Amino acid sequence: MSSLQSISEEIKAKRPLKVLVAKLGIDGHDRGAKVIARALKDAGFEVVYTGIRQTPEQVVMSAIQEDVDVIGISILSGAHIHHVKKLMEKLKEIGADDIPVVVGGTIPLVDIEPLKKMGVKEVFLPGSSLKTIIETVRRLAIEKREKEKLLT
Amino acid sequence: MSSLFNDDSLKSIAEAYEKYEKELVPEWLKKLPERMEEFNTLSWIPVKRIYTPLDIKDHDYMEKLGFPGEYPFTRGIHATMYRARLWTMRMFSGFGGPEETNQRLLFLIKHGETGLSLAFDYPTLIGIDPDDPMAEGEVGIVGVSVPTIIDMDIIFRNIDMSTVTTNMTINPPAPVLLSFYVAVAESKGVPRHKIGGTTQNDPLKEFIAQKSYVFPPEPAVKVAMDLIEWSIKNIPKWNPISISGYHIREAGSTAVQELAFTIADGIEYVRQLTARGLDVDEFAPRLSFFWDSHINFFEEIAKFRAARRMWAKIMRDWFGARKKRSLWMRFHTQTAGVSLMAQQPWINIVRTAIEALAAVLGGTQSLHTNSFDEPFRVPSEFAAKIALRTQQIIAYETGVVDTIDPCGGSYFVEWLTDEIEERAWKYIDRIERMGGMLEAVKKGFPQREIAEASYRFQQEVDAGKRVIVGVNMFVEEEEEDIRKVPLLEFNQEEIEERQKQRVKRIRSERDKARWSTALSNLKRAASRGENIMPYVLEAVKAKATIGEIMGALKEVYGVYVEPPIY
Repeated sequence: MSSLQSISEEIKAKRPLKVLVAKLGIDGHDRGAKVIARALKDAGFEVVYTGIRQTPEQVVMSAIQEDVDVIGISILSGAHIHHVKKLMEKLKEIGADDIPVVVGGTIPLVDIEPLKKMGVKEVFLPGSSLKTIIETVRRLAIEKREKEKLLT
Repeated sequence: MSSLFNDDSLKSIAEAYEKYEKELVPEWLKKLPERMEEFNTLSWIPVKRIYTPLDIKDHDYMEKLGFPGEYPFTRGIHATMYRARLWTMRMFSGFGGPEETNQRLLFLIKHGETGLSLAFDYPTLIGIDPDDPMAEGEVGIVGVSVPTIIDMDIIFRNIDMSTVTTNMTINPPAPVLLSFYVAVAESKGVPRHKIGGTTQNDPLKEFIAQKSYVFPPEPAVKVAMDLIEWSIKNIPKWNPISISGYHIREAGSTAVQELAFTIADGIEYVRQLTARGLDVDEFAPRLSFFWDSHINFFEEIAKFRAARRMWAKIMRDWFGARKKRSLWMRFHTQTAGVSLMAQQPWINIVRTAIEALAAVLGGTQSLHTNSFDEPFRVPSEFAAKIALRTQQIIAYETGVVDTIDPCGGSYFVEWLTDEIEERAWKYIDRIERMGGMLEAVKKGFPQREIAEASYRFQQEVDAGKRVIVGVNMFVEEEEEDIRKVPLLEFNQEEIEERQKQRVKRIRSERDKARWSTALSNLKRAASRGENIMPYVLEAVKAKATIGEIMGALKEVYGVYVEPPIY
């Protein structure tokens, strides 16, 4: 076992990796969010699902209160640029921009770069596999835990 | 009795079938095994190697099928179907402000669309104004922004509201949007009996699937029933409700669940309306339905046929409807949005064509075909035109419309129609035992069933058991194609600002006294349990905005918050 792997195992053993799955904005398409929440749970994550119609402020508050390792945002209303920008600003403002953010939904390719520039770690389009999403979230969560470990 | 087969022929077919399965097939399997151990539909109904008269041996033709235009309407609701009149080609459209949407509607009419269908933006769908903080960044994206009567007026510039019919996909604020529509039509001199179209106005499926709910379930249903009651008495050509399976399916249900839950919704509404003292034959002819047409071709055709047969039976035997029209399940269909993929987006055109064909073979009255660019954004003109042309090819080139219910009599389709119907009845029985759909929804029953099905489906896709071309088979590493898709471009920020300014101007210019009286009358009527429709109509004429009207109603009815279960 490599040293990185052993650190990861050690990290996970303390408490399960924790993800916030959030519906940002006012769209009601919650099929994807629910499927992802469940898949993450089945993959061993602790999952907090916010339900629909969340503001950036509410998402940031939930992420901090629940002390999550990753924030997963689902948006199918086309308003991703606007809402995610606000979310990233809020995270920064409150000093929680160490929590990695991933976004999924009906997102045009041209919007992927702008989202990443805002600090979004990964963007998932319709048709993304659960496996890819779970692996990405796991990697980001472990990276965050490792950074915390180095800091303490 | 109108049996299809006699005992002698069934006997010889049974012998031959046994020989086929026990001798011929094993021989072939030795040489080449079948591609899968088990074949099944999207509803996980196992599909056999072959279907024969043995699978429908007890069919009584007149009881199960009959003739189009006759009970049980399995083969179609009209005696002549598409030989006389094609389905209405009704493209769900709307984006930006009313000006942009007016242009899109005129474009589609020019290219042969035969009915209109308005898509509203999220703020309109949940009844808030464009300058509400919750609306920030959402105005005009997934549909058109319509906060006032003025916006509706602009949408219908140069469109004849006395001849065109308009569908409006709107639910909690349906009384507001219908009032906008009626008021604008009247201002153009259209008599009320000529105002035609549909309001979706189906509150139960909001809690089950679409999630643009506002009020809690009970008042939500009450408001919807107000609209229906008012419509049948005031605008007799209007379809006041479109009982919708579409969103249930898109949320991840199976075809069987879509059918069962939607019919159970319909049963609940019929009960609610009769409880108001309305005669079933007074309103039943105005009830309409809305289905998804997904990619599992024969299952969809069977679903449409089963739906007609079930509804006719329910209306006749459960509710004692006497008019023939009360037994008709008239429906709109939309091809499956969820079947469209971001990967290799051009091939979505093919998926839509196959789904549209199933809807036509299933006997739809109206059809929307999705555009291939919809995994990314609302469609461009180019993409919407291809989608409309898809319908025109089916209608005018393929010949599938020349005879009625051409799949009728297929051993497989008839067997599958029966099978889907039987499975749907089982669900309806369960819902009935819970006390009907309103109670079942409050218990979260359909919501949980759908979540299960969508998770199971996604796991099968991930495991490669369900093939999606371009997603888990024939995958292309370099997605050059996606970048070539010419997406619809519009300046959303500019439109949002324009819509904000307009609503502010309308608020400052209107007759304050008339406006405030209208809103307080509305609130009083709502708290007294009166039918709110006349008061909403007066409020929109007094230039009250959608946010103000819905705000007044929220004060009386409250706001629903869903428990976040997954």
